[in-house]
Amino acid sequence: MFDVAIIGAGVVGCAVAYELSQYELRVALIEKENDVAMGASRANTAIIHGGYDPEPHTLMGKLNVEGMHRCFELCEKLDVEHKKTGSWVVAFDEEQHGTLQVLLEQGIANGCEGLEILEGNVVRLREPNLSDDIVSALWVPESGVLNPWEFTLAMAEVAVRNGVTFMPITEVTALSWREDHYEIGICIVGAWHSAADEDVAKKNTCLSSLPKEKVVMPDCRAMKISARYVINAAGVESDRIHNMVAPPAFEIVPTRGEYYLLDGTAAGHVVGSVIFPCPTRAGKGITVSPTIHGDYLVGPNAEVIADRSDTSVTRSALLDIAEKARRVVPNLDLRTSIRNFAGVRSNSTYGDFFIEKSATNFIDLAAIKSPGLTCAPAIARVAREMLREEGLPMERRTLWRGGRRVIRFKEIPEEERAAFVREHPLYGRVICRCETITEGEIVAAMKREIPPVSIDGVKRRAGTGMGRCQGGFCGPRVLEIIARESGRDPLCIEEDGCGSVILIGETKDPRYREV
Amino acid sequence: MSVGETNGKQSACNGMAAIEMRDDYELIVIGGGPAGLGAAMSAREHGLKHILIVERDVELGGILNQCIHNGFGLHYFGEELTGPEYAARLIGRLEGQSIDVLCDSMVLEIIPDEDCHVLRLMSAEAGYRTVRSQAIVLAMGCRERTRGAIQIPGTRAAGIFTAGTAQRYVNIEGYMVGRRVIILGSGDIGLIMARRMVLEGAKVLACVEIMPYPGGLARNIVQCLQDFDIPLYLSHTITRIEGKERVEKVTVQEVNDRFEPIDGTEKVFDVDTVLLSVGLIPENELSRVAGVEMDAKTSGPIVFENGETSIPGIFACGNVLHVHDLVDYVTTESEGAGRAAAEYVLRQEDTSHVREYENEPYISLVKDETVAYTVPQRIRIGRIDDGVRVFFRVKAPYKTPKRIVFRDGERVVASFRRPYMTPGEMEHVTLQRAQLEDVQGDDLLISVEEIK
Repeated sequence: MFDVAIIGAGVVGCAVAYELSQYELRVALIEKENDVAMGASRANTAIIHGGYDPEPHTLMGKLNVEGMHRCFELCEKLDVEHKKTGSWVVAFDEEQHGTLQVLLEQGIANGCEGLEILEGNVVRLREPNLSDDIVSALWVPESGVLNPWEFTLAMAEVAVRNGVTFMPITEVTALSWREDHYEIGICIVGAWHSAADEDVAKKNTCLSSLPKEKVVMPDCRAMKISARYVINAAGVESDRIHNMVAPPAFEIVPTRGEYYLLDGTAAGHVVGSVIFPCPTRAGKGITVSPTIHGDYLVGPNAEVIADRSDTSVTRSALLDIAEKARRVVPNLDLRTSIRNFAGVRSNSTYGDFFIEKSATNFIDLAAIKSPGLTCAPAIARVAREMLREEGLPMERRTLWRGGRRVIRFKEIPEEERAAFVREHPLYGRVICRCETITEGEIVAAMKREIPPVSIDGVKRRAGTGMGRCQGGFCGPRVLEIIARESGRDPLCIEEDGCGSVILIGETKDPRYREV
Repeated sequence: MSVGETNGKQSACNGMAAIEMRDDYELIVIGGGPAGLGAAMSAREHGLKHILIVERDVELGGILNQCIHNGFGLHYFGEELTGPEYAARLIGRLEGQSIDVLCDSMVLEIIPDEDCHVLRLMSAEAGYRTVRSQAIVLAMGCRERTRGAIQIPGTRAAGIFTAGTAQRYVNIEGYMVGRRVIILGSGDIGLIMARRMVLEGAKVLACVEIMPYPGGLARNIVQCLQDFDIPLYLSHTITRIEGKERVEKVTVQEVNDRFEPIDGTEKVFDVDTVLLSVGLIPENELSRVAGVEMDAKTSGPIVFENGETSIPGIFACGNVLHVHDLVDYVTTESEGAGRAAAEYVLRQEDTSHVREYENEPYISLVKDETVAYTVPQRIRIGRIDDGVRVFFRVKAPYKTPKRIVFRDGERVVASFRRPYMTPGEMEHVTLQRAQLEDVQGDDLLISVEEIK
């Protein structure tokens, strides 16, 4: 019996796990994918929002500034890459200039500090690549950018270190209240069914990709666990989880946003801070922002889609994003793009975050749309207080081990490198040429609390394959290291999510001669 | 062979003895592929004693090691070799030459200096080192363009590989990457991999090229596609990739002359794998950070007639300079760069010559819209023996005979006839010293013209 089961290991679920790991509780963190941060938490604009955008009466407005401060604090504490870049909201005409005034006042009401509206010429002195047509802009000094998947992972790692049970590839299929606890039907996510023969299919299951000693390994495909309290942090699926225990109260409106990632080395200096257009009813608009890796993100658009898992990119949206982004940064060179991706945001019919006690011992942290990443730590604080109000006894763990330290070769000062590599020879072998990521960093990632099981899992932890060649050179070597360190068959190693296997067999295997 | 087995090789470095690394060299060659090997050997033959080759991989040979097909060496060795055989011949020449080789090692930074350039390098064996070298040859090769660079719409399923990555998995690691394959782009590696996948039992359904003409060598179109009945769709591209975990389906459409997909021309292919062969990009991040002047057209350094870049003592050759079709030309080009590096070092040592070449005048090779690029871009007449070989690519294919004309103002300096030209095949001509000596202007214009 768990005290609390958290459904969903996105940024909200992981923030709650981090928060609860500080108390004497038995907590399960249930995730249907093979890693944390596999939904909107990994495919977003990676911004720590300043807090001027949401209206003050909303939960988003109430939690944004608290979340922002907590984000920066956690990034420091957990060694998550981040940068306080500040951001601009730009206006092209008088009407938009008026909107800036509204945002400024909203920001002040929400607790933002240092906001000011500056004239176009002054703005261009600080961001020379911005359009000459910009008449004014709102400066938000406290906002910034972070590595969103590392942020999520860091909180999850500390949680697991302090006793939280992480259950990946586990989908929740049913929830029923049994007098004093929930019975949670779970299903271990299945195999890659298109594999040609039974043998390969078996090898390729996500099951085989689980590092057995690190996580709870249920021995059958469908089973039940029990928990006294349930937290719904299921993101884009949060309405479905809600509907398992309560009458429908909101509906997720899955909204896809597509992006370009531009190579910073090729693009040169584009912008030093996050650039937003004036927000409209549809959202915050197409931003151009620096990433903590020295690249640039351009996007997202906002398109309501039917299939919640559809993260494909489309020609029309990319063309649209390019056109809108060039209005703000006219000389933007999208030929320096190294990757396109899309994320599905949990917009909803409710309009605000849906944070409610919706049934006995059941708390919804649902419909968390933008600025959800920024608000996550504040949402977790709210969740903890709600659990306490619901009667969950909370006693501080005496031996809580917080903090986190990651060695990044690139950050080691020049004069210390030689000695460091002498002592740790694995850091002397560069695996990812584009980003200068060493074998030492990959092996360290494999030994952390939640080891990666896929090439992209390593990418999210160590930063391999993030650069210009997008893993063309390092992919095979990373696969080799995962196989070696985890003792798994290379044929089972996935590129990314469950079932995304890379290799389909060995060459010269007679079974593959017939097509 | 299992993936893990490649691991034990790092210290062997092609069977060469472990080296006593120096703190300063006469020449450091960055890259141990065909370009680096050619340059190092040539520099040795021209009198340098202290040479270091730094190679990223665990063994020398570069990309040749995974090119197990034949067709290499016809021009240079006068016989047909496989990639590994060609590499082995180059590596064999190093024997007994006391050239230092550091494999599994990477140069992280070049800090140019008038007297002696500084390099920071990292090595699995030698650790993190700062070394100095009078001359440097850049021979880092190139990398493949990716899906992100060409923005193919669709899902992010597994099963999408650049052709070279797939080639490594199949030829080096011994794994199959897919069973039903479509190739996007008709670059040479894509064509070679089309044939390779068929030979390994896969079905290759099509090769799709957005341009109205193929990107690779004519011989590869014939030997890798036609001989295996693989259809080539010119003026077509992939407009959608579908599949949740692994690629399941790909939509191909014809494009108009602005490369936009034409509605109603959709063809759907059931494939589990997409191989990309959509261009190669010289790998010049080190060069850029060092401040070497670059050519936007080649994506490589701007070089003089002897391969010297805008920074004295730093030379470039092979695919880092411009993407070649044939390794044979890489070898000859790199031998030139190696020799030039040797001459540079020996001249530095002979103090009477130190300032001799400063502010030396040069002729710039410029091109009109018919020519994509030239290498070299600059010629110093005083530095050439009898003549200088100029490599170039045309912008569009020519199926009838044309002439290549070099003009000094209006005056024709040199003219060369070619029966057939295509962007996929690099051309070269040799300008004689005598022809260049009469040039009055600062520029020499190269263009493709009708034969009168």
